[in-house]
Amino acid sequence: MPVEEISKEELLWMYETMVRIRVHEERVAELFAQGKIPGFVHLYVGEEAVAVGVMANLRKDDYITSTHRGHGHYISKGGDIKASMAELFGKKTGSGKGKGGSMHIADLDVGELGANGMVGGGIPHAVGAGLGIKLNGLDRVAVAFFGDGASNQQNFHEGINLAAIWKLPVVFVCENNQYQISLPYDKQQTIKSVAERGKAYGIPGVSVDGQDVLAVYEVAKEAIERARRGEGPTLIEAKTYRFRGHFEGDPQVYRSKEEIEWWKKNKDPIKLFEQKLLEKGIVTKEELNAIWDKVKKEIEEAVKFAEESPWPSKEEVLEDVFSTPTKGVLVWQW
Amino acid sequence: MAVVREITFAQALNEALDYEMSKDPKVVVMGEDVGVYGGIYGVTAGLYDKYGPERVRDTPIAESGFIGTAVGAAATGLLRPVVELMFIDFLGVTFDQLYNQAAKMRYMFGGKAKISMVLRTTCGAGFSAAAQHSQSLHALFSHVPGLKVVMPSTPYDAKGLLISSIEDDDPVIFIEHKGLYAIKGEVPEEPYSIPLGEADVKREGKDITIVATAAMVHKSLEVAEKLEKEGVSVEVVDPRTIVPLDVDTIINSIKKTGKLVVVDEGYPRASFASDIAALAASKAFDSLKAPVKIVTPPATPVPFSPALESEWIPSTEKIEKAVREVL
Repeated sequence: MPVEEISKEELLWMYETMVRIRVHEERVAELFAQGKIPGFVHLYVGEEAVAVGVMANLRKDDYITSTHRGHGHYISKGGDIKASMAELFGKKTGSGKGKGGSMHIADLDVGELGANGMVGGGIPHAVGAGLGIKLNGLDRVAVAFFGDGASNQQNFHEGINLAAIWKLPVVFVCENNQYQISLPYDKQQTIKSVAERGKAYGIPGVSVDGQDVLAVYEVAKEAIERARRGEGPTLIEAKTYRFRGHFEGDPQVYRSKEEIEWWKKNKDPIKLFEQKLLEKGIVTKEELNAIWDKVKKEIEEAVKFAEESPWPSKEEVLEDVFSTPTKGVLVWQW
Repeated sequence: MAVVREITFAQALNEALDYEMSKDPKVVVMGEDVGVYGGIYGVTAGLYDKYGPERVRDTPIAESGFIGTAVGAAATGLLRPVVELMFIDFLGVTFDQLYNQAAKMRYMFGGKAKISMVLRTTCGAGFSAAAQHSQSLHALFSHVPGLKVVMPSTPYDAKGLLISSIEDDDPVIFIEHKGLYAIKGEVPEEPYSIPLGEADVKREGKDITIVATAAMVHKSLEVAEKLEKEGVSVEVVDPRTIVPLDVDTIINSIKKTGKLVVVDEGYPRASFASDIAALAASKAFDSLKAPVKIVTPPATPVPFSPALESEWIPSTEKIEKAVREVL
């Protein structure tokens, strides 16, 4: 989509949000290496244009479901970054009070229905959000994010089929980063694009360059507007690439350093967008620098908040299992 | 004045669904053949005509997809789905959506999610339906924290517990024994609820306690009646909900009688029966006057032939034998 057709405000939101994800993820990588963040972390560096191009078309009351590589979705949907950073640390002030961690960050107040440790596990949840929207007559949509690996999983097939037969306002966004951990895309399936599978469910399937935020924006806009009009779901495949390992600490024996460097040099979504904005004279280098400075400060504040936050108390192990505490012991030992 | 009539277990469930659907537009019913067909056991009969195809949704055979849809719809708070898994044996194709998704969301999201949904499903042998349509797998659900597990034995309990389950803000697995659908019992016409986590003493006694679930409650009551003629007083406790469990009622009964037999149609290992035996050993050891016995099927798949299946299912003879041994 030509930049001229999008307001400067919106373009700058996209740029800033991609930068926010990048700075966040690189800072998280450092903190993980320093041993400050426990568990597994799967970072979104390199894939920023996918979440941001889609989310630019969503409103606060729209819903998304996310994946184990979910920080980018959470940030771009408007999730509270202090709460998610504290969650990464396992602190009491975290989005899940330290009970979920990186793979289970959610912010229901902004329609982020949760990252998910199970590949494909969140896809039907977006279908459920779509059903709720439809039956309540709301002007909302739900977007399911998932990877190329998930596109072979039952929830992908069953979820898309349900949304298709029930004509639900759901958009399915496959982030094809070309590796299912180590298995390359062409060894996972014989079709060239996951989008071809739309045909199997009688819905549109569109493939897009996931490194070009405006290209993602354009196809997402069409799909989301279509869903809002009540015309049913769309399957989008955004071809992308993760610049870091599957998880932090991944030795990445399955791909070459040259391949990674090529993508970083030629297909960095932030650099590509920056060039376009500067070439078209939409922003100055100074304006962009100011965005980086602002975002870095914000992320440092979140880190400080997380570091200074208390640990959960031991008693909290037993809390938040059930909404309705019922007579009879819920958590006990014989 | 309350109108009480005799209706079947299936009709009692139908009344609970009808009441909840009439009261709360967020309640939707989903599953295979629940619409036009009315459910393969007739539990959802009439609901499609009354509430229409939007709220009574026939689904494709895609259990993970439509049960996951229920989980997502519940997480948004936009709906309170009552979703049907035709046989509990089909659990394998959808278990992730229940034990990793529905059960854990609230905890992992720091108490901010409410997963208000009910999964209705059927269990039980006795129909020569063989090993993939006959199991009683409630122990698998009760093993996982975050799920409530309900198992009624009478039409009265079925209606009151289903109303409570639909109004509950947590994921509830509501297990209906196929052998109970046709039994009749007194059920008030008016809606009423039975709190989850309250056992019911189906028969009071003083010499021995039987803790039994679902269809096994009725077999245990038969045995109790027979033994009464010999002067043996058997107490039959029906926990009604496996999670939460009414520990107090069970322990108080064991303390009173000093003897315990647990009767359940689940497999014997890592089971409801062994769980209650462990409970008795740790909380009522001093009151026990004899070793605890469990009466369950053997640790084999459910056989097909009526000649074999009748041997597999705990019979009144086996229950009676166990009771006599403990006495």
